[in-house]
Amino acid sequence: MKPKQIKDHTGILSSIFAIVLGLIVGLIILFLCNPKQALPGFATILSGAFTHGAKGVGQVFYYATPIILTGLSVGFAFKTGLFNIGTPGQFIMGGFGAVYVGILWTSLGPAHWIVALLASVILGAVWGLVPGLLKAYFNVNEVIASIMMNYIGMYLVNWIVKSYKPLFNNLRNESRNVAATANIPKMGLDKIFPGSSVNGGILIAILTVIVIWLLLNKTTFGYELKAVGFNRDASKYAGINEKKSIILSMMIAGAIAGLAGGLLYLAGTGKHIEIKDVLASEGFTGISVALLGLSNPIGVLFSGIFIAYLTAGGFYLQLFEFSTEIIDIIVAVIIYFSAFALMVKIILSKIHKQKGEKAEAAKEGGTKS
Amino acid sequence: MSVVYFIFQQTMYFMIPLMIVALGAMFSERSGIINIALEGIMTMGAFTGILFIHFTGGSMNGQFQLIAAVLISMVTGMVFSLFHAYASINMKSNQVISGTALNMFAPAFAIFVARVIQGVQQVQFNNTFRITSVPLLGKIPFFGPLLFQNAYITTYIGIAIFLLSTIVLYKTRFGLRLRSCGEHPQAADSAGINVYRMQYAGVMISGALGGLGGLVFVVPTSTNFNADVAGYGFLALAVLIFGQWKPVNIMLASLFFGLMKAIASAYSGIPFLSSLGIPSYFYKMVPYIITLIVLIFTSRNSQAPKAEGIPYDKGQR
Repeated sequence: MKPKQIKDHTGILSSIFAIVLGLIVGLIILFLCNPKQALPGFATILSGAFTHGAKGVGQVFYYATPIILTGLSVGFAFKTGLFNIGTPGQFIMGGFGAVYVGILWTSLGPAHWIVALLASVILGAVWGLVPGLLKAYFNVNEVIASIMMNYIGMYLVNWIVKSYKPLFNNLRNESRNVAATANIPKMGLDKIFPGSSVNGGILIAILTVIVIWLLLNKTTFGYELKAVGFNRDASKYAGINEKKSIILSMMIAGAIAGLAGGLLYLAGTGKHIEIKDVLASEGFTGISVALLGLSNPIGVLFSGIFIAYLTAGGFYLQLFEFSTEIIDIIVAVIIYFSAFALMVKIILSKIHKQKGEKAEAAKEGGTKS
Repeated sequence: MSVVYFIFQQTMYFMIPLMIVALGAMFSERSGIINIALEGIMTMGAFTGILFIHFTGGSMNGQFQLIAAVLISMVTGMVFSLFHAYASINMKSNQVISGTALNMFAPAFAIFVARVIQGVQQVQFNNTFRITSVPLLGKIPFFGPLLFQNAYITTYIGIAIFLLSTIVLYKTRFGLRLRSCGEHPQAADSAGINVYRMQYAGVMISGALGGLGGLVFVVPTSTNFNADVAGYGFLALAVLIFGQWKPVNIMLASLFFGLMKAIASAYSGIPFLSSLGIPSYFYKMVPYIITLIVLIFTSRNSQAPKAEGIPYDKGQR
């Protein structure tokens, strides 16, 4: 148990180290642009999320919902030794499934939104399944396969939405509104956070995080998935069906990312599938969320909320005539430095050594006197 | 016949940047460092190059201006790639993570700086670089219209880079050493090669070519730069794998991808294809689907450098 604890310690410290460095770089950039406004602007990044009290907090949860799940998708795949860079594709496929059911299957009544979410989970899973199959049977690198699937998914969704009349809003070049029954219920959250866009989606996201945590840490299946991630060959000789594990890992990861898409497009906030040849940014943000949360489901929950909090704060930056892209810059710098776990380890071991030496010196001094 | 010329000229606009960037990626991966940051590097290179063109527009000769922009883009890409090199070589961090960080950083940075400098995020520029017909050469039958009409000087730079990289990789001491670092860095090190230096060189070449590729992509296909290179960095990775890390194959792969892209963007102007009635989305998807299929057949005995993606640690020799 002990070595593991020490490792966890370094992980969290390196995340904090990365966050601090990222914020410092952001502050420096603000200073370079406009020294007078830099400090108030920076304060806004940190406090902007609370400007409107409960509404602001609700808004943070609303932003956090999809990226917690895309982050969970990437993090889960990481834990099983796979890099799922395919979240943008799985996300948009999931979103498409939800929108399709949401617009067309209007006779479902109160179960409408549940079926729509199921559709998003299934389509996301299919989009994760393809790289999984290719990896398991043909040894295709899942990073490259996922990147290809991202573009195929994006073009496919645009193609279908644009050419299928019932789905397409010609005037605004995006998908039509989903039926009211397909919107995710508020589940009482609109009373806690009045005026914000938050809905039951955040609860579904948190529930998914808990399920994945249990799956990874408390079940034999999860243990097998992780074992294959550590060493594919060793697990094979230990009797684990390593092909099945890889395929299921990618499917689950895809399903989670698909759910993220479903939750966003069924949030009832006027979000539509836009016909643009651009990959879904929520998918890529998931990579940041997972890296910052050390791929741990609980860590991902917090890092997702943290990044949503920065995003919400960045929104108010426009008051100071800074563009909101500064948030993306800060997050990118955070991710860059979070890869520097080695540096943190070296610093920690140096501090440790110095402490040890001091303690020894003190001891020696003590015995002498 | 003019349709053939038209398609070929269009193909070159898409093919040359892909080939330049994929060749850059080849140098990085052959030295053992996966460079997934190409998208970001292209964005940064295009951004500084276009910004230069934006501010010097009209004040100098078009061709000279373009060559200066090319140099600026290459230097930008090289400097930006140093971040990736430092993280993956010195810090031994996960190369995919630092690449992802660079990809996120570049567009945000380009938009932010463009807004600070000129208020809007799109950087406009005047395209004064198109050569309607190269003197003398443009008049050669068949090859004239194919290669020397409606061309850009960057096309020839791209072809030169292709020839040069083939020679460098296979016929020079540097190329041999670089390849050995990607295959078996421990052995290379014990033969007296400075692995870290070779890997830095590999990443920096990919940075320079990536930055150049960004500019070469934007100039013929647009009149403004919107912090975006349309996924060409990722497409170049596909070209690299499709081309099995070999220059000639990379050239052919990028020719194929370029042709597909050209058809997708200009098919309505081609009578034969527009009468088929296949939507442009189909042509847009084809390169990616074909890459997936090719991957299925080639991944079993992939020609990928053996040590790519594994940080080289001297202590493990």
